[in-house]
Amino acid sequence: MTIPRIVGAGLIVIGVGVGIGRIGGQAMEAIARQPEAYGKIQTAMLIVAALIEGIGFAALFATAEA
Amino acid sequence: MAKILFLLALMTSFTGFGKEANAEVAEEGKDIKTEIDAYIQHHLKDAHDFTLFSYTDGEGNKKHVGFPLPVILWDEGLHFFSSSKFHHGETLAQSGDKYYKLYHSKIYRTDAEGTINYDADHHPTNIKPLDFSMTKSVVMIIFTGLLMFWLFRSLARSYNKNDGIATGAGRFFEPVILYIRDDIARSNIGEKRYEKYMPFLLTIFFFIWFLNMFGLTPFGVNVTGNIAITTALAVLTFLITNFTGTKDYWKHLFDPLGDSMPWYGKLPLYVILIPIELLGLFIKPFSLLIRLYANMQAGHIVIMSLIGLMFIFKNWIGSPLSFGLAFAISLIEILVALLQAYIFTMLSALYFGFASEEHEHAEAH
Repeated sequence: MTIPRIVGAGLIVIGVGVGIGRIGGQAMEAIARQPEAYGKIQTAMLIVAALIEGIGFAALFATAEA
Repeated sequence: MAKILFLLALMTSFTGFGKEANAEVAEEGKDIKTEIDAYIQHHLKDAHDFTLFSYTDGEGNKKHVGFPLPVILWDEGLHFFSSSKFHHGETLAQSGDKYYKLYHSKIYRTDAEGTINYDADHHPTNIKPLDFSMTKSVVMIIFTGLLMFWLFRSLARSYNKNDGIATGAGRFFEPVILYIRDDIARSNIGEKRYEKYMPFLLTIFFFIWFLNMFGLTPFGVNVTGNIAITTALAVLTFLITNFTGTKDYWKHLFDPLGDSMPWYGKLPLYVILIPIELLGLFIKPFSLLIRLYANMQAGHIVIMSLIGLMFIFKNWIGSPLSFGLAFAISLIEILVALLQAYIFTMLSALYFGFASEEHEHAEAH
């Protein structure tokens, strides 16, 4: 039972990593395009990153418990 | 590339050497792993005393350094005694004619011998008295509350004294408070209504931030990594969101399509839409509480595990490496402590904004 859990945890981390990585990358591009909107872009980026992170943690806990 | 491979080979050979040297104490090594695991598990839980550190003296006795906290139990009458009676779970505590034992940081009533009965899943079946003790978390919450009260009261007084110019700690806290007002409250809730939410937003921000920072001190407090506490915080946000909700907020919840459709068109859609909206009502605070809890819990686990790795490696390469990692993660955790407080406040403000929104442009939909 441990190996499926570890694989599942790995998959979650990959998914969350890809998600947050994309947000970060896109935010960088957006800031490069419009440096004056830096504050707003950063705020939006943090919110979306936190949403993904929340789901990722919930999934990680689901693999750890049970 | 070759250099990296060489380095890797060097490191693996060294760790291999370390293992070989410790061959005769292999059993002890396994002991250390379980001990570290137990230590981390213990740290993540609330406790009835502050333990700074523990060590084993020359005669093999385990010594704990810390201080006890009062235990308050309701078990057919009030029981009040110091947690030093438990001796960190090693002895029974007698109060009146009843005996209590600490088992995994929880208090159970036992007989005079301290027997704990287990069910099939190895859970104790002993009676658990109602526990109103001043635990570590309770002490830290009260301490943080008093600290915040004293800090911000004295800040407010110093503003009066100095004609509205920040001095001392105010120079640090003024930009933070202004940031919460202008960039969190005002921009998410709106110019007209943000003021009545400011006390809650500021309180929750500094409360979470301070407790997160205390979590990184060696006192080993894990208050925001306790799901009961994050639940309480999220319930506050939930209540404020719904009790300050305007007519438009409730209308949007139960009648999202408004007048754009006749009722017989809306009916089949609403069978699906309204349950989703109602579910969303509860998912929002739920995600708030899980995020804060999981972030702090995960941070503590990672730091403690990396510190524990130093004692597992016990060689000149692995231990400094894990020390460096623990140091770096600690620095990241300082950022995370602030970030989580910010995210919690930010999302609360966002939800308040949704709830207090008034549609002046209802026709434009």
